[in-house]
Amino acid sequence: MRAKVEVMLKDGVLDPQGEAVCHALGSLGFDGVSKVRQGKIIELDLADGTTKDDVRAMCEKLLANTVIETYRIEIG
Amino acid sequence: MRGVRSAAGRFGGSEPSTGRIVKAAVIVFPGSNCDRDLAVALARSGAEVEMVWHKETDLPKGVDLVGLPGGFSYGDHLRCGAIAARSAIVGAVKGHAERGGHVLGICNGFQILTETGLLPGVLMRNSGLKFVCNTQALRVETTRSAFTEGYGENGVIRIPIAHHDGNYTADSDTLDRLTGEDRIAFTYLSNPNGSARDIAGVLSPNRRILGMMPHPERVVDPALGGMDGSTLFEGVVGALETAGV
Repeated sequence: MRAKVEVMLKDGVLDPQGEAVCHALGSLGFDGVSKVRQGKIIELDLADGTTKDDVRAMCEKLLANTVIETYRIEIG
Repeated sequence: MRGVRSAAGRFGGSEPSTGRIVKAAVIVFPGSNCDRDLAVALARSGAEVEMVWHKETDLPKGVDLVGLPGGFSYGDHLRCGAIAARSAIVGAVKGHAERGGHVLGICNGFQILTETGLLPGVLMRNSGLKFVCNTQALRVETTRSAFTEGYGENGVIRIPIAHHDGNYTADSDTLDRLTGEDRIAFTYLSNPNGSARDIAGVLSPNRRILGMMPHPERVVDPALGGMDGSTLFEGVVGALETAGV
C-alpha cells in the first residue's frame, strides 16, 4: 500500500520561498498571481495493514514540524 | 570508526585554577563540521572534551556540558536538524537536560534543539533566501546565564554567522514569553535573516540550555579574527568548575 503525505506551512507563517516564486512569476509576466505557498509531498510505500493512525504518528514524530507545518494524509 | 573517533576525539583540558575538571561531550552527527572547533574552544577554556558519535545511546559518565555543533547533519534533509533530533544519542541528551545539565547548541545545534523541543520555535529559511556568511554585531540581551554572565549588560560583541536557515520563528505568545522571562540571549543589531525580534539565541526556562545561530567557537583566537567567543566558553566552564553540579 502507499500513502501520500502533503506538508504545508500553517497559515500565517511567512513562506519566503513561496514569496520568491510569486515574485518570479510576476517578473515573467504572469499577472494575477497574488500568493504562492510552497510545501512538500512525501510518498511512502508501506506494508499492508499499516493504518492511517500509523502514518499520523510518523507525521507527528518526524515528517512535519507541527510548530509551523500542517499535514494531510492520503492513503492508496 | 567509533574507536578512531574516541581515540582521536579526546581533547585534554588544561588544569583549571580552581575547582574540579569540567567534562564536556560534543556530539558528532554525519555532516557535522564545527565539532572539532567546538571541542577546541571548550578545551581551551579548561574542559575535558570527549567526542560522542550520534549512534551512542549514553553520554560518557559524569558529563557536565553537552555541545551540539554546527554543520549540516544528514544533509539538512527533510528540515534542518530534524533527523539528527531523532538519532540514538538524543534520548541521553534530553535526559541530561532534564536533570538540569547544561547544553550548548550552535547553528545546526540550535536547529536540533528546536527540533527536539528542548527550545521553543523553529529556524526557518533566511528571509533573503540566501546563505549568509559574515560577522555580525550582537547585543547581549541578558547576563543571567552561565554562558552570558561574562559579557557586560547590553554589551555588543562580534561573532560570525554562516547559515541558510537562521530565521527564528515562533508564535507571538512564545516570543512574549521569551521576552518576559528574559530568555533572549542575543539579538542582531542588523538583522541578517529575518528572525523574529532580531533573535540570534535563546535560553531554556532553567537558563542552562542555550541555542544560538552565530558561531562563538570561531572567535576564540586572535589569529582567527577575534576573541569575543571566549567569554562564553570560559563563563560556562568556569561556572561548572565551581558549581560542582
